[in-house]
Amino acid sequence: MKRTYISVMAVLITACAYAGGYRVALQGQKQLAMGHTGVAVINSAESVFFNPGGISFLEKKVTISAGVSPVISNIHLQNSRYGWSEKADNPVATPFNVYAAVKINDWMSAGIAVYTPYGSGVEYPKDWEGSHLINNIELQSIYIQPTVSFRINDKLSIGGGPILAIGSANFNRNIDRTTTNAEGERANVTIDDSGVTAWGYSLGLAFRATDDLTLGVSYKSEMKMKAKDGKAEFRNLPSTALGDFDNTTFNATLPLPAELAVGASYTIDEKWMVAFDYNRVYWDAYESLDVFFSNGQESHNPRNYKNSSVYRFGLQYIASERFTLRGGYYYDESPVQPGYFAPETPRNDSNNFTGGLTVNISERFAIDAAFLYIHFDEVDATYDHYQENGQNVPFGGTYKNNAFVPSIGVSYAF
Amino acid sequence: MKNNITFLIFSALALVACEPEFDKSVDDAGFYSAGEADFSNYIALGNSLTAGYADDALYLQGQENSYPNIMAMQFAHAGGGDFVQPLVDDNTGGLLAGGTKIAEPRMILAFEGENPSPVILDREPTTDITNHIGEPVNNMGVPGAKIYHLVAEGYGNISGVGTTANPYFVRFASSAETSVIADAAAQDPTFFSLWIGNNDILSYATSGGVGEDRTGNTNLQEYGSNDITDPNVFAAVYKQMLDALTANGAKGAVANIPDVTSIPFFTTVPYAPVPLGEAEAAQLNQGYAEYNQGVMLLAGFGLVSQEEAERRQISFQTGQNPVVIIDEDLTPLSNPRTGEEIPSLRQTTPEDLIVLRASSFIGTTVGDDPQQVNGVSVPLDDQWVLTPEEQELVSNAQTQYNATIKALAGEYELAFIDAQAMMQQVADGGIPFDGGVLTSVYATGKAFSLDGVHPTAKGYAMVANAFIDAINDRYQATVPGINPGAYPDVFVK
Repeated sequence: MKRTYISVMAVLITACAYAGGYRVALQGQKQLAMGHTGVAVINSAESVFFNPGGISFLEKKVTISAGVSPVISNIHLQNSRYGWSEKADNPVATPFNVYAAVKINDWMSAGIAVYTPYGSGVEYPKDWEGSHLINNIELQSIYIQPTVSFRINDKLSIGGGPILAIGSANFNRNIDRTTTNAEGERANVTIDDSGVTAWGYSLGLAFRATDDLTLGVSYKSEMKMKAKDGKAEFRNLPSTALGDFDNTTFNATLPLPAELAVGASYTIDEKWMVAFDYNRVYWDAYESLDVFFSNGQESHNPRNYKNSSVYRFGLQYIASERFTLRGGYYYDESPVQPGYFAPETPRNDSNNFTGGLTVNISERFAIDAAFLYIHFDEVDATYDHYQENGQNVPFGGTYKNNAFVPSIGVSYAF
Repeated sequence: MKNNITFLIFSALALVACEPEFDKSVDDAGFYSAGEADFSNYIALGNSLTAGYADDALYLQGQENSYPNIMAMQFAHAGGGDFVQPLVDDNTGGLLAGGTKIAEPRMILAFEGENPSPVILDREPTTDITNHIGEPVNNMGVPGAKIYHLVAEGYGNISGVGTTANPYFVRFASSAETSVIADAAAQDPTFFSLWIGNNDILSYATSGGVGEDRTGNTNLQEYGSNDITDPNVFAAVYKQMLDALTANGAKGAVANIPDVTSIPFFTTVPYAPVPLGEAEAAQLNQGYAEYNQGVMLLAGFGLVSQEEAERRQISFQTGQNPVVIIDEDLTPLSNPRTGEEIPSLRQTTPEDLIVLRASSFIGTTVGDDPQQVNGVSVPLDDQWVLTPEEQELVSNAQTQYNATIKALAGEYELAFIDAQAMMQQVADGGIPFDGGVLTSVYATGKAFSLDGVHPTAKGYAMVANAFIDAINDRYQATVPGINPGAYPDVFVK
């Protein structure tokens, strides 16, 4: 039954951008509850993601964690100069994670991680005011990461592994602000590609400075998802334009940026533990979304993201043998620079509040639950780099967004 | 089980907790103010401009982007109510009367030959005027209406279409006997807009001045469709309408009449559109030699002034040449010996305005005879050119209409839109928008649709903003404007 449940979820995956850019930081229920810290927390198989160096410090022979995190995200946008308001009707996205770690011997462990670190699912009303920038987008990525970890000594452990990223993208926008066919239907283009793959790697190091203090660092490399000969479907073009647009394909590259995490955890006593993480996401890889169509048309969409930081704080309290409670907070800087605030990922800096608990059903089996509330301050922002006749035409208004993520998972260890 | 319950609790929390709220939402009552105005029942009166006519037709998208519809959409932020338009059945345009086509579909820019050219959309109209809208409409703009038509009883009588009635009004007139103003007043508007009078000079102008100037003649029975309306008639009817509209205290806005010379219909075809080679020019000059000499000879006899005789000399050179026209304002001349009439010919000057339609006529041949070229060897009729004398009649009437509108706007304390100044600005360099500049250059200027007379949706959006600005100003309202850049302009086939 459980297996069925998980595989159904795997089929339904749609990941949603809720963190800076299209990063979806929902890689484990225990750690999400602690503000998504974890580079220096050696708690469960979630470490395969958070710090592949840490898994050889896991005490159990086999640890398995799996979970799913439905994302309910809201985007409200209004423009008081022209008096309009819009709400994106975003599909509920379900990022998931499956981790397993096995102790092979005293000094070596192996693990596997399958997770969805990047994605986006935004759907505006068709032909809305910003439809020349986006009607809807769905980006998905699945990372598959086999991992090995070596325990150098009692204090130091390292690990890493290759990552296979599998991605898909579907994006629709109107070709400009006004073109229609003779029926008055707006001309639009959908680009669609799936099964795009790329290789990268993950590295990590865990250092047990003392019995109570653990330090960690981990790094995931950038991956460039290159769509090649994807399908580009133009609809509602004026009929005299049709010839050039039949059976069009496209090439485009979307970077999934590198991420560095450093952090520390401190066990205060038998019950309390605190953790701090600092993440640096190398978003400057995302300069422009350039789409090259097979008919020679090109679409250049400057993004000019900057590298951004996330500051995470988490707390764990072991209340009893049965219950462990967790809480956390993180501050997530937006990689989006002023004037590049595109409605496809309208993310300003956010305050994030997390909480959750583990219920130990038996010695081996536990249920992990977490929630995340993302608060974005109201922000006046524009995207200024859409052009008509060589002239920048800004688009924007006041954005007010939030997201709420309940997350549920199971852990098994023996 | 526990798992499921937890999941449900989280889901429920998610649903209630999730909707973000703006500190001040534009959709909240009170964000925008109607000031002293009351937009709850807005009625728009006027002609084709008010109806949303463009590309020489009334079609769905044009109606959706009509300036009254745009205004009503923005009024809705400040207490405005529903705004019903007499929507046509398709985006093709054109009309049927009992299945017979009585108006052509809209024009569209075709890229079929070497150069883009406007063509009539090759579809069949489906809007039949025998299908009545069946409810009162807020947008009462009637394409083709002159000022006195709005008070004419029977203007919506289907049996009078082609003579005394208007097919567009037939579609929503409450009865065969009613008038536009009667139907408007019956709706008891709280707010109205009135932009009327354009056709009272424009139909004369666009027909190249083939009609009569009826200034001084108040007998409407004698008026033809291409005549200039008497300014006193104009003033009397305008006042009559404002009385009817304001009877119950309605506030409103009125707009004046733009210069006909500011529209691409008159500014697109140059006065010297005919390219000629040396041999062609010489041959043509030979053909007109007898006429030229005859006129000069008569000037010698004092039958025509020397100055006019010189003005009437037809002469072609290598390069771009003016066209030859028949000008009824020239002195009628005949051969003193034979009594044979000498045609009233001259060549166009920069002061003449050649109508847009002439672009597809000048240079064509009569009966496939290469010696019979329209505008060159065959003079153009009156209908193709608005001469300076004709322009003066137009501008005299317009000046008086506009003085009336301005004065009555003041008298009735209405918002006043200086459409004349706005269109002049479009013609003199243009009005910027967020994706360029709206100018009166045909097709590429984006302000005027392919008929060269009616604005594009971008142009209408600019008009709507002008109305909103004037209304906000007059009534201390804060109705938001709209972005013309978000509206379409010229449609491509």
